Amino acid sequence: MSEFVRNIRLWFAPEQVRGEGPTPDYRFSLANERTFLAWLRTALALIGGGFAVDQFLPHLHRAWRVGLALALLGAGVLCSLRALNHWVRCERAIRRGEDLPASRFPALLSLVVAVVAVAMVVVVLAGWAG
Amino acid sequence: MGGVSRAGRDPGLQPERTRLAWRRTTLSAAVAAVLAVRTTLRGGASATAVTVGALCCVLFLGFLWVAHQRIRVLAAESRPPALAPRQATAAVLCAVALAGCAAVVLVA
Repeated sequence: MSEFVRNIRLWFAPEQVRGEGPTPDYRFSLANERTFLAWLRTALALIGGGFAVDQFLPHLHRAWRVGLALALLGAGVLCSLRALNHWVRCERAIRRGEDLPASRFPALLSLVVAVVAVAMVVVVLAGWAG
Repeated sequence: MGGVSRAGRDPGLQPERTRLAWRRTTLSAAVAAVLAVRTTLRGGASATAVTVGALCCVLFLGFLWVAHQRIRVLAAESRPPALAPRQATAAVLCAVALAGCAAVVLVA
């Protein structure tokens, strides 16, 4: 947990990241930045999906609609914060010449997306039948 | 584009690719912001709806500003410096705040 707090401090303090080890090949940093942006796009897509569920499934029961939308929005928020944290950790690992950090997050996110997708199929089919 | 001399050009076009990644991300943010504004205005133009909708526009403009700053640096230099954590944090906070606006509209 203290590691996480230290990372949060790094989010706002560029000098500290630069203080770790020598400046790496700029291409590594740019590749890390693109990975960060790809995760941020995923987060924005999840947030957009949250808005879309609310708007394009108007016949759904309100509780289901709000629940699904909030699940997608929560996933989007988690995804964006994790993108930032992972970017900081990778940047530091590159500077120190360590292995890049391993992560369970992709597996977790796929599970959440799969559960939301199955829930949506069930809800839409139930609404169709009823 | 970019004003980089041929000799100093990166054969892997890394700055260009990163620049385009920022553009794609800005486009994603624009889509999310448009959906957000559509959601807020659907239920009638109450004071809360207009305020939250305007806030979503401001958040998108904030993201656009961060992306524009970074794109300018990437376009101007053949060996651009690494992304500043402050910029990364600002971009992420815009996304998180957009989700917060969505939650407010949904629950209200």
